[in-house]
Amino acid sequence: MRAYISIVKLRFMLLIQYRVAAIAGICTQFLFGFVRVMVIAAFYASSTAIQPMSYGQTVTYIWISQAFLGMLPWNGDSEIQEMISSGNVAYELCRPIDLYNHWFCRAFAQRTAPTLLRAIPLFIVTLFFLPEKYSMQPPNSLASFGAWILVTIGALMLSCAITNLFNISMLWTISGDGIKRLLPAVVMIFSGMTVPLPLFPTWMQPILRILPFSGLVDTPMRFYLGNIKPSSIMPFLFHQFIWTFVLILYGKWLISRGLKRVEVQGG
Amino acid sequence: MMAIAHFAITFIDFIGVWVLFDRFGAIKGWNLPEIALFYGMIHMAFAIAEAGARGFDTFDSKVRTGEFDRILLRPRSLVLQIIGQEFQLMRIGRFTQGFIVLCWAMWSLNNSLSFIKVMLIIISILGGTFLFIGLFVLQATLSFWSVQSLEVVNMVTYGGVEIAQFPVTIYDSWFRKFFIFVVPLACVNYFPAMGVLNKTDPLNSPAWLPWVSPIIGIVFFILALQVFKFGVRHYKSTGS
Repeated sequence: MRAYISIVKLRFMLLIQYRVAAIAGICTQFLFGFVRVMVIAAFYASSTAIQPMSYGQTVTYIWISQAFLGMLPWNGDSEIQEMISSGNVAYELCRPIDLYNHWFCRAFAQRTAPTLLRAIPLFIVTLFFLPEKYSMQPPNSLASFGAWILVTIGALMLSCAITNLFNISMLWTISGDGIKRLLPAVVMIFSGMTVPLPLFPTWMQPILRILPFSGLVDTPMRFYLGNIKPSSIMPFLFHQFIWTFVLILYGKWLISRGLKRVEVQGG
Repeated sequence: MMAIAHFAITFIDFIGVWVLFDRFGAIKGWNLPEIALFYGMIHMAFAIAEAGARGFDTFDSKVRTGEFDRILLRPRSLVLQIIGQEFQLMRIGRFTQGFIVLCWAMWSLNNSLSFIKVMLIIISILGGTFLFIGLFVLQATLSFWSVQSLEVVNMVTYGGVEIAQFPVTIYDSWFRKFFIFVVPLACVNYFPAMGVLNKTDPLNSPAWLPWVSPIIGIVFFILALQVFKFGVRHYKSTGS
Protein backbone atom coordinates (compact mmCIF):
# COMPACT_ATOMS: atom_id res chain seq x y z
CA MET A 1 0.00 0.00 0.00
CA ARG A 2 2.84 2.33 0.90
CA ALA A 3 4.32 1.73 -2.53
CA TYR A 4 1.17 2.98 -4.17
CA ILE A 5 1.01 6.07 -2.03
CA SER A 6 4.57 6.97 -2.90
CA ILE A 7 3.88 6.43 -6.60
CA VAL A 8 1.02 8.86 -6.39
CA LYS A 9 3.06 11.32 -4.35
CA LEU A 10 6.04 11.29 -6.69
CA ARG A 11 4.02 11.67 -9.84
CA PHE A 12 1.88 14.35 -8.24
CA MET A 13 4.95 16.33 -7.19
CA LEU A 14 6.29 16.08 -10.70
CA LEU A 15 3.10 17.24 -12.38
CA ILE A 16 2.64 20.15 -9.99
CA GLN A 17 5.86 21.58 -11.37
CA TYR A 18 4.27 22.33 -14.73
CA ARG A 19 3.14 25.80 -13.78
CA VAL A 20 3.74 27.52 -17.10
CA ALA A 21 1.69 24.91 -18.90
CA ALA A 22 -0.97 25.39 -16.26
CA ILE A 23 -1.13 29.11 -16.89
CA ALA A 24 -1.53 28.51 -20.60
CA GLY A 25 -4.18 25.92 -19.81
CA ILE A 26 -6.04 28.33 -17.56
CA CYS A 27 -6.13 30.98 -20.28
CA THR A 28 -7.34 28.49 -22.87
CA GLN A 29 -10.04 27.11 -20.64
CA PHE A 30 -11.09 30.57 -19.60
CA LEU A 31 -11.54 31.56 -23.21
CA PHE A 32 -13.44 28.42 -24.14
CA GLY A 33 -15.61 28.77 -21.07
CA PHE A 34 -16.24 32.41 -21.86
CA VAL A 35 -17.25 31.66 -25.45
CA ARG A 36 -19.61 28.92 -24.29
CA VAL A 37 -21.08 31.23 -21.67
CA MET A 38 -21.69 33.93 -24.26
CA VAL A 39 -23.31 31.47 -26.64
CA ILE A 40 -25.55 30.16 -23.86
CA ALA A 41 -26.43 33.72 -22.88
CA ALA A 42 -27.55 34.38 -26.45
CA PHE A 43 -29.61 31.19 -26.49
CA TYR A 44 -31.31 31.92 -23.18
CA ALA A 45 -32.09 35.43 -24.37
CA SER A 46 -33.82 34.00 -27.41
CA SER A 47 -36.41 31.89 -25.67
CA THR A 48 -38.98 32.53 -22.97
CA ALA A 49 -39.76 28.89 -22.29
CA ILE A 50 -38.92 27.45 -18.88
CA GLN A 51 -35.69 25.50 -18.99
CA PRO A 52 -34.53 22.57 -16.82
CA MET A 53 -31.81 24.83 -15.46
CA SER A 54 -31.82 28.55 -14.95
CA TYR A 55 -29.36 30.72 -16.87
CA GLY A 56 -27.21 31.35 -13.80
CA GLN A 57 -27.07 27.64 -13.07
CA THR A 58 -26.02 26.85 -16.63
CA VAL A 59 -23.25 29.44 -16.49
CA THR A 60 -22.00 27.94 -13.22
CA TYR A 61 -22.18 24.49 -14.77
CA ILE A 62 -20.04 25.62 -17.71
CA TRP A 63 -17.42 27.32 -15.54
CA ILE A 64 -16.98 24.50 -13.07
CA SER A 65 -16.80 21.87 -15.80
CA GLN A 66 -14.10 23.95 -17.48
CA ALA A 67 -12.24 24.29 -14.19
CA PHE A 68 -12.28 20.53 -13.71
CA LEU A 69 -11.37 19.69 -17.29
CA GLY A 70 -8.11 18.17 -16.09
CA MET A 71 -10.09 15.59 -14.20
CA LEU A 72 -11.88 14.38 -17.29
CA PRO A 73 -10.46 11.17 -18.80
CA TRP A 74 -9.77 12.76 -22.10
CA ASN A 75 -6.21 11.58 -22.51
CA GLY A 76 -3.95 8.82 -21.40
CA ASP A 77 -0.56 8.82 -19.78
CA SER A 78 1.85 9.70 -22.58
CA GLU A 79 4.76 8.16 -20.74
CA ILE A 80 2.95 4.86 -20.58
CA GLN A 81 2.24 5.06 -24.29
CA GLU A 82 5.94 5.73 -24.87
CA MET A 83 6.84 2.76 -22.77
CA ILE A 84 4.53 0.49 -24.67
CA SER A 85 5.56 1.55 -28.14
CA SER A 86 9.25 1.43 -27.29
CA GLY A 87 8.97 -1.88 -25.50
CA ASN A 88 10.21 -0.53 -22.20
CA VAL A 89 7.01 -1.77 -20.69
CA ALA A 90 8.94 -5.00 -20.20
CA TYR A 91 10.84 -3.32 -17.37
CA GLU A 92 7.57 -2.45 -15.71
CA LEU A 93 6.63 -6.10 -15.72
CA CYS A 94 9.68 -6.95 -13.67
CA ARG A 95 8.56 -4.76 -10.81
CA PRO A 96 7.02 -6.44 -7.76
CA ILE A 97 3.78 -4.49 -7.95
CA ASP A 98 0.65 -5.13 -9.89
CA LEU A 99 0.88 -3.24 -13.16
CA TYR A 100 -2.75 -2.19 -13.25
CA ASN A 101 -2.55 -0.71 -9.77
CA HIS A 102 0.68 1.02 -10.64
CA TRP A 103 -0.85 2.67 -13.66
CA PHE A 104 -3.97 3.51 -11.71
CA CYS A 105 -1.88 5.44 -9.20
CA ARG A 106 -0.22 7.32 -12.02
CA ALA A 107 -3.65 8.13 -13.42
CA PHE A 108 -4.72 9.37 -10.01
CA ALA A 109 -1.87 11.84 -9.91
CA GLN A 110 -2.44 12.80 -13.52
CA ARG A 111 -6.06 13.59 -12.84
CA THR A 112 -5.48 15.58 -9.67
CA ALA A 113 -2.31 17.66 -10.04
CA PRO A 114 -3.08 19.57 -13.25
CA THR A 115 -6.68 20.00 -12.12
CA LEU A 116 -5.69 21.60 -8.83
CA LEU A 117 -3.36 24.00 -10.62
CA ARG A 118 -6.09 25.10 -12.97
CA ALA A 119 -9.27 24.81 -10.97
CA ILE A 120 -8.31 27.07 -8.10
CA PRO A 121 -7.44 30.16 -10.16
CA LEU A 122 -10.42 29.60 -12.45
CA PHE A 123 -12.75 29.32 -9.48
CA ILE A 124 -11.41 32.51 -7.99
CA VAL A 125 -11.66 34.49 -11.20
CA THR A 126 -15.09 33.30 -12.27
CA LEU A 127 -16.61 33.47 -8.81
CA PHE A 128 -15.38 36.91 -7.82
CA PHE A 129 -14.07 38.83 -10.79
CA LEU A 130 -16.61 38.48 -13.53
CA PRO A 131 -19.64 40.71 -14.11
CA GLU A 132 -22.88 39.29 -12.76
CA LYS A 133 -24.02 38.28 -16.20
CA TYR A 134 -21.18 35.82 -16.70
CA SER A 135 -20.13 34.85 -13.21
CA MET A 136 -20.25 31.56 -11.38
CA GLN A 137 -22.63 31.06 -8.47
CA PRO A 138 -21.64 29.71 -5.08
CA PRO A 139 -22.99 26.29 -4.08
CA ASN A 140 -26.66 26.05 -3.31
CA SER A 141 -26.20 25.20 0.37
CA LEU A 142 -23.66 23.75 2.75
CA ALA A 143 -25.20 20.32 2.36
CA SER A 144 -25.05 20.67 -1.41
CA PHE A 145 -21.41 21.63 -1.12
CA GLY A 146 -20.67 18.54 0.95
CA ALA A 147 -22.55 16.33 -1.48
CA TRP A 148 -20.63 17.89 -4.32
CA ILE A 149 -17.31 17.03 -2.69
CA LEU A 150 -18.37 13.41 -2.30
CA VAL A 151 -19.52 12.92 -5.87
CA THR A 152 -16.45 14.72 -7.15
CA ILE A 153 -14.33 12.10 -5.43
CA GLY A 154 -16.51 9.47 -7.07
CA ALA A 155 -16.02 11.19 -10.40
CA LEU A 156 -12.26 11.20 -9.84
CA MET A 157 -12.13 7.44 -9.27
CA LEU A 158 -14.33 6.84 -12.29
CA SER A 159 -12.09 9.05 -14.37
CA CYS A 160 -8.99 7.14 -13.26
CA ALA A 161 -10.63 3.87 -14.24
CA ILE A 162 -11.44 5.19 -17.71
CA THR A 163 -8.00 6.76 -18.11
CA ASN A 164 -6.41 3.47 -17.20
CA LEU A 165 -8.54 1.62 -19.72
CA PHE A 166 -7.30 4.05 -22.28
CA ASN A 167 -3.69 3.38 -21.28
CA ILE A 168 -4.26 -0.36 -21.51
CA SER A 169 -5.80 -0.09 -24.95
CA MET A 170 -2.42 1.20 -26.11
CA LEU A 171 -1.19 -2.37 -25.89
CA TRP A 172 -3.19 -3.13 -29.00
CA THR A 173 -2.62 -0.20 -31.28
CA ILE A 174 0.55 1.12 -32.79
CA SER A 175 -0.05 4.83 -32.74
CA GLY A 176 -3.31 4.79 -30.86
CA ASP A 177 -4.44 7.79 -32.79
CA GLY A 178 -7.94 6.55 -33.51
CA ILE A 179 -8.83 5.98 -29.89
CA LYS A 180 -6.88 9.05 -28.87
CA ARG A 181 -9.26 11.14 -30.91
CA LEU A 182 -12.48 9.27 -30.28
CA LEU A 183 -12.29 9.01 -26.52
CA PRO A 184 -12.17 12.72 -25.70
CA ALA A 185 -15.02 13.44 -28.09
CA VAL A 186 -17.25 10.77 -26.58
CA VAL A 187 -16.32 11.75 -23.05
CA MET A 188 -16.87 15.45 -23.68
CA ILE A 189 -20.33 15.13 -25.10
CA PHE A 190 -21.74 12.49 -22.76
CA SER A 191 -20.32 13.92 -19.57
CA GLY A 192 -21.91 17.30 -20.08
CA MET A 193 -18.75 19.23 -20.96
CA THR A 194 -19.87 20.29 -24.44
CA VAL A 195 -23.46 21.01 -23.51
CA PRO A 196 -24.86 20.57 -19.98
CA LEU A 197 -26.76 17.31 -19.91
CA PRO A 198 -30.01 18.75 -18.52
CA LEU A 199 -30.30 20.73 -21.76
CA PHE A 200 -30.35 17.62 -23.88
CA PRO A 201 -33.72 16.50 -25.23
CA THR A 202 -35.93 14.73 -22.71
CA TRP A 203 -35.91 11.46 -24.60
CA MET A 204 -32.13 11.27 -24.28
CA GLN A 205 -32.05 11.79 -20.53
CA PRO A 206 -32.46 8.13 -19.49
CA ILE A 207 -29.66 7.04 -21.83
CA LEU A 208 -27.37 9.78 -20.59
CA ARG A 209 -28.15 8.89 -17.02
CA ILE A 210 -27.15 5.26 -17.44
CA LEU A 211 -23.90 5.86 -19.31
CA PRO A 212 -20.87 6.15 -17.05
CA PHE A 213 -19.83 9.54 -18.40
CA SER A 214 -22.60 11.49 -16.72
CA GLY A 215 -20.96 10.60 -13.43
CA LEU A 216 -17.88 12.55 -14.45
CA VAL A 217 -19.26 16.05 -14.76
CA ASP A 218 -23.02 16.12 -14.73
CA THR A 219 -23.55 14.36 -11.40
CA PRO A 220 -21.20 16.66 -9.44
CA MET A 221 -22.79 19.66 -11.12
CA ARG A 222 -26.32 18.71 -10.23
CA PHE A 223 -25.41 18.46 -6.57
CA TYR A 224 -23.45 21.69 -6.51
CA LEU A 225 -26.35 23.57 -8.03
CA GLY A 226 -28.87 21.93 -5.77
CA ASN A 227 -30.59 20.62 -8.87
CA ILE A 228 -30.69 17.33 -6.99
CA LYS A 229 -31.23 17.35 -3.24
CA PRO A 230 -28.16 16.30 -1.23
CA SER A 231 -30.29 13.63 0.43
CA SER A 232 -30.61 11.73 -2.85
CA ILE A 233 -26.89 11.23 -3.10
CA MET A 234 -26.89 7.45 -2.66
CA PRO A 235 -28.20 6.35 -6.09
CA PHE A 236 -25.69 8.62 -7.80
CA LEU A 237 -22.75 7.52 -5.72
CA PHE A 238 -23.85 3.98 -6.44
CA HIS A 239 -23.94 4.65 -10.17
CA GLN A 240 -20.41 6.04 -10.07
CA PHE A 241 -19.21 3.21 -7.87
CA ILE A 242 -20.69 0.45 -9.99
CA TRP A 243 -19.23 1.82 -13.20
CA THR A 244 -15.86 2.39 -11.57
CA PHE A 245 -15.90 -1.15 -10.24
CA VAL A 246 -16.91 -2.65 -13.59
CA LEU A 247 -14.34 -0.64 -15.51
CA ILE A 248 -11.57 -1.54 -13.07
CA LEU A 249 -12.41 -5.23 -13.35
CA TYR A 250 -12.51 -4.96 -17.11
CA GLY A 251 -9.21 -3.11 -17.08
CA LYS A 252 -7.54 -5.76 -14.98
CA TRP A 253 -8.79 -8.50 -17.25
CA LEU A 254 -7.75 -6.57 -20.34
CA ILE A 255 -4.27 -5.89 -19.09
CA SER A 256 -3.56 -9.55 -18.42
CA ARG A 257 -4.77 -10.38 -21.92
CA GLY A 258 -2.75 -7.59 -23.42
CA LEU A 259 0.47 -8.44 -21.68
CA LYS A 260 0.30 -12.03 -22.85
CA ARG A 261 0.51 -10.89 -26.44
CA VAL A 262 3.15 -8.23 -26.01
CA GLU A 263 6.21 -9.00 -28.08
CA VAL A 264 9.29 -7.32 -26.81
CA GLN A 265 11.63 -6.73 -29.67
CA GLY A 266 15.14 -7.44 -29.08
CA GLY A 267 18.16 -5.93 -27.47
CA MET B 1 -9.92 4.23 -38.32
CA MET B 2 -8.40 7.67 -37.89
CA ALA B 3 -10.64 9.23 -40.48
CA ILE B 4 -13.74 7.63 -38.97
CA ALA B 5 -12.70 8.81 -35.54
CA HIS B 6 -12.08 12.30 -36.83
CA PHE B 7 -15.43 12.35 -38.57
CA ALA B 8 -17.20 11.13 -35.47
CA ILE B 9 -15.49 13.74 -33.35
CA THR B 10 -16.47 16.75 -35.36
CA PHE B 11 -19.91 15.30 -35.89
CA ILE B 12 -20.26 15.03 -32.14
CA ASP B 13 -19.38 18.70 -32.11
CA PHE B 14 -22.38 19.50 -34.25
CA ILE B 15 -24.62 17.40 -32.07
CA GLY B 16 -23.80 19.87 -29.32
CA VAL B 17 -25.07 22.70 -31.52
CA TRP B 18 -28.13 20.75 -32.57
CA VAL B 19 -29.05 20.00 -28.95
CA LEU B 20 -29.07 23.68 -28.09
CA PHE B 21 -31.30 24.52 -31.03
CA ASP B 22 -33.61 21.66 -30.17
CA ARG B 23 -34.10 23.21 -26.79
CA PHE B 24 -34.07 26.94 -27.53
CA GLY B 25 -35.26 27.11 -31.12
CA ALA B 26 -33.14 30.01 -32.19
CA ILE B 27 -30.20 32.12 -31.15
CA LYS B 28 -30.74 35.88 -31.32
CA GLY B 29 -32.78 35.59 -34.47
CA TRP B 30 -30.66 33.01 -36.23
CA ASN B 31 -31.97 29.52 -36.85
CA LEU B 32 -30.18 26.19 -37.18
CA PRO B 33 -29.74 26.09 -40.99
CA GLU B 34 -28.15 29.54 -40.88
CA ILE B 35 -25.80 28.47 -38.11
CA ALA B 36 -25.06 25.34 -40.12
CA LEU B 37 -23.87 27.60 -42.93
CA PHE B 38 -21.41 29.36 -40.62
CA TYR B 39 -20.44 26.05 -39.08
CA GLY B 40 -19.82 24.27 -42.37
CA MET B 41 -17.78 27.10 -43.85
CA ILE B 42 -15.46 27.60 -40.91
CA HIS B 43 -14.85 23.92 -40.33
CA MET B 44 -13.99 23.31 -43.97
CA ALA B 45 -11.58 26.23 -43.94
CA PHE B 46 -9.94 25.02 -40.76
CA ALA B 47 -9.76 21.42 -41.97
CA ILE B 48 -7.80 22.41 -45.05
CA ALA B 49 -5.51 24.65 -43.05
CA GLU B 50 -4.97 21.93 -40.45
CA ALA B 51 -4.13 19.35 -43.08
CA GLY B 52 -1.55 21.54 -44.72
CA ALA B 53 -0.01 23.53 -41.97
CA ARG B 54 0.59 21.15 -39.11
CA GLY B 55 4.20 21.30 -40.07
CA PHE B 56 4.26 24.70 -38.46
CA ASP B 57 2.79 23.21 -35.35
CA THR B 58 5.78 20.97 -34.77
CA PHE B 59 8.00 23.84 -35.73
CA ASP B 60 9.13 24.58 -32.22
CA SER B 61 10.63 21.13 -31.82
CA LYS B 62 12.51 21.56 -35.08
CA VAL B 63 14.00 24.79 -33.84
CA ARG B 64 14.96 23.15 -30.58
CA THR B 65 16.64 20.14 -32.13
CA GLY B 66 18.36 22.16 -34.78
CA GLU B 67 16.64 20.31 -37.58
CA PHE B 68 15.45 23.65 -38.83
CA ASP B 69 18.96 24.31 -40.05
CA ARG B 70 18.71 21.33 -42.36
CA ILE B 71 15.50 22.64 -43.83
CA LEU B 72 17.01 26.07 -44.36
CA LEU B 73 19.84 24.52 -46.33
CA ARG B 74 17.55 22.86 -48.84
CA PRO B 75 17.22 24.63 -52.15
CA ARG B 76 13.42 24.78 -52.05
CA SER B 77 10.84 27.16 -50.75
CA LEU B 78 10.94 27.18 -46.98
CA VAL B 79 7.23 27.58 -46.42
CA LEU B 80 6.29 24.84 -48.87
CA GLN B 81 8.61 22.41 -47.15
CA ILE B 82 7.11 22.97 -43.77
CA ILE B 83 3.62 22.65 -45.13
CA GLY B 84 4.44 19.44 -46.90
CA GLN B 85 6.09 17.85 -43.88
CA GLU B 86 2.99 16.95 -42.03
CA PHE B 87 0.23 16.76 -44.56
CA GLN B 88 -2.32 14.63 -42.87
CA LEU B 89 -5.02 12.98 -44.83
CA MET B 90 -6.90 12.09 -41.73
CA ARG B 91 -8.08 15.63 -41.37
CA ILE B 92 -10.51 14.60 -44.09
CA GLY B 93 -12.87 13.82 -41.21
CA ARG B 94 -13.43 17.41 -40.21
CA PHE B 95 -13.60 18.51 -43.82
CA THR B 96 -16.21 15.94 -44.76
CA GLN B 97 -18.32 16.78 -41.78
CA GLY B 98 -18.10 20.49 -42.53
CA PHE B 99 -19.05 19.76 -46.10
CA ILE B 100 -22.06 17.67 -45.16
CA VAL B 101 -23.26 20.31 -42.70
CA LEU B 102 -22.78 22.99 -45.33
CA CYS B 103 -24.75 21.04 -47.93
CA TRP B 104 -27.53 20.45 -45.45
CA ALA B 105 -27.54 24.16 -44.67
CA MET B 106 -27.87 25.12 -48.32
CA TRP B 107 -30.62 22.59 -48.84
CA SER B 108 -32.66 23.68 -45.83
CA LEU B 109 -32.26 27.37 -46.47
CA ASN B 110 -34.14 26.96 -49.73
CA ASN B 111 -31.74 29.43 -51.11
CA SER B 112 -31.57 30.22 -54.75
CA LEU B 113 -28.20 28.61 -55.23
CA SER B 114 -26.77 30.82 -57.89
CA PHE B 115 -23.32 30.22 -59.32
CA ILE B 116 -22.15 33.46 -57.80
CA LYS B 117 -23.18 32.38 -54.32
CA VAL B 118 -21.35 29.09 -54.62
CA MET B 119 -18.26 30.99 -55.76
CA LEU B 120 -18.64 33.29 -52.78
CA ILE B 121 -18.73 30.33 -50.43
CA ILE B 122 -15.68 28.77 -52.05
CA ILE B 123 -13.75 32.00 -51.95
CA SER B 124 -14.61 32.64 -48.33
CA ILE B 125 -13.56 29.11 -47.38
CA LEU B 126 -10.27 29.74 -49.15
CA GLY B 127 -9.95 33.07 -47.36
CA GLY B 128 -10.55 31.27 -44.09
CA THR B 129 -7.94 28.67 -44.95
CA PHE B 130 -5.40 31.40 -45.57
CA LEU B 131 -6.32 33.05 -42.30
CA PHE B 132 -5.79 29.88 -40.29
CA ILE B 133 -2.55 29.04 -42.08
CA GLY B 134 -1.44 32.57 -41.28
CA LEU B 135 -2.19 31.90 -37.64
CA PHE B 136 -0.20 28.67 -37.72
CA VAL B 137 2.69 30.55 -39.32
CA LEU B 138 2.55 33.13 -36.54
CA GLN B 139 2.57 30.32 -34.01
CA ALA B 140 5.73 28.93 -35.54
CA THR B 141 7.29 32.37 -35.62
CA LEU B 142 6.67 32.82 -31.91
CA SER B 143 8.86 29.79 -31.33
CA PHE B 144 11.83 31.78 -32.60
CA TRP B 145 11.63 33.88 -29.50
CA SER B 146 10.37 31.48 -26.91
CA VAL B 147 11.20 28.04 -28.29
CA GLN B 148 7.79 26.86 -27.14
CA SER B 149 4.87 26.80 -29.48
CA LEU B 150 2.55 29.04 -27.62
CA GLU B 151 -0.77 27.64 -26.62
CA VAL B 152 -2.03 31.18 -26.85
CA VAL B 153 -2.32 30.81 -30.60
CA ASN B 154 -4.25 27.60 -30.11
CA MET B 155 -6.80 29.68 -28.31
CA VAL B 156 -7.37 31.67 -31.46
CA THR B 157 -7.30 28.76 -33.89
CA TYR B 158 -9.36 26.11 -32.12
CA GLY B 159 -11.13 28.74 -30.12
CA GLY B 160 -11.62 30.72 -33.29
CA VAL B 161 -13.43 27.84 -34.93
CA GLU B 162 -15.79 27.59 -31.98
CA ILE B 163 -16.34 31.32 -32.03
CA ALA B 164 -16.97 31.62 -35.74
CA GLN B 165 -19.46 28.75 -35.67
CA PHE B 166 -21.93 31.38 -34.56
CA PRO B 167 -22.48 34.77 -36.17
CA VAL B 168 -20.43 37.40 -34.41
CA THR B 169 -23.54 39.41 -33.66
CA ILE B 170 -24.30 37.21 -30.68
CA TYR B 171 -21.15 38.28 -28.89
CA ASP B 172 -20.48 41.43 -26.94
CA SER B 173 -19.28 44.40 -28.90
CA TRP B 174 -15.68 44.40 -27.71
CA PHE B 175 -15.33 40.68 -28.41
CA ARG B 176 -16.87 41.11 -31.83
CA LYS B 177 -14.52 43.94 -32.75
CA PHE B 178 -11.49 41.81 -31.92
CA PHE B 179 -12.61 39.13 -34.32
CA ILE B 180 -13.38 41.59 -37.08
CA PHE B 181 -10.31 43.77 -36.91
CA VAL B 182 -7.53 41.88 -35.15
CA VAL B 183 -8.05 38.23 -36.03
CA PRO B 184 -10.47 38.77 -38.91
CA LEU B 185 -12.51 35.60 -38.53
CA ALA B 186 -15.70 37.51 -39.21
CA CYS B 187 -14.32 38.71 -42.53
CA VAL B 188 -13.90 35.20 -43.86
CA ASN B 189 -17.04 33.76 -42.37
CA TYR B 190 -19.72 36.12 -41.14
CA PHE B 191 -19.69 38.81 -43.80
CA PRO B 192 -19.54 36.51 -46.81
CA ALA B 193 -22.29 34.41 -45.26
CA MET B 194 -24.39 37.55 -45.10
CA GLY B 195 -23.96 37.77 -48.84
CA VAL B 196 -25.11 34.20 -49.26
CA LEU B 197 -28.05 34.54 -46.94
CA ASN B 198 -29.17 37.84 -48.41
CA LYS B 199 -30.04 39.00 -44.94
CA THR B 200 -29.82 42.58 -43.80
CA ASP B 201 -26.79 42.75 -41.61
CA PRO B 202 -27.57 43.81 -38.04
CA LEU B 203 -24.16 45.42 -38.01
CA ASN B 204 -25.08 47.69 -40.91
CA SER B 205 -22.11 46.84 -43.06
CA PRO B 206 -21.97 48.06 -46.65
CA ALA B 207 -23.52 45.84 -49.31
CA TRP B 208 -20.30 45.21 -51.16
CA LEU B 209 -18.49 43.90 -48.07
CA PRO B 210 -19.45 40.21 -48.42
CA TRP B 211 -17.78 40.03 -51.77
CA VAL B 212 -14.55 41.67 -50.72
CA SER B 213 -13.94 40.54 -47.16
CA PRO B 214 -12.54 37.04 -47.83
CA ILE B 215 -9.53 38.81 -49.27
CA ILE B 216 -8.76 40.00 -45.75
CA GLY B 217 -7.91 36.39 -44.93
CA ILE B 218 -5.32 36.34 -47.67
CA VAL B 219 -3.96 39.70 -46.55
CA PHE B 220 -3.61 38.33 -43.05
CA PHE B 221 -1.67 35.38 -44.37
CA ILE B 222 0.70 37.60 -46.32
CA LEU B 223 1.31 39.73 -43.24
CA ALA B 224 1.98 36.61 -41.18
CA LEU B 225 4.48 35.46 -43.79
CA GLN B 226 6.34 38.74 -43.52
CA VAL B 227 6.59 38.33 -39.77
CA PHE B 228 7.85 34.79 -40.30
CA LYS B 229 10.48 35.89 -42.79
CA PHE B 230 11.57 38.56 -40.35
CA GLY B 231 11.96 35.86 -37.73
CA VAL B 232 13.97 33.65 -40.05
CA ARG B 233 16.35 36.46 -40.90
CA HIS B 234 17.12 37.02 -37.26
CA TYR B 235 17.25 33.33 -36.51
CA LYS B 236 20.01 32.20 -34.26
CA SER B 237 20.35 28.48 -34.26
CA THR B 238 20.24 26.73 -30.87
CA GLY B 239 23.27 25.05 -32.22
CA SER B 240 24.87 21.67 -32.72
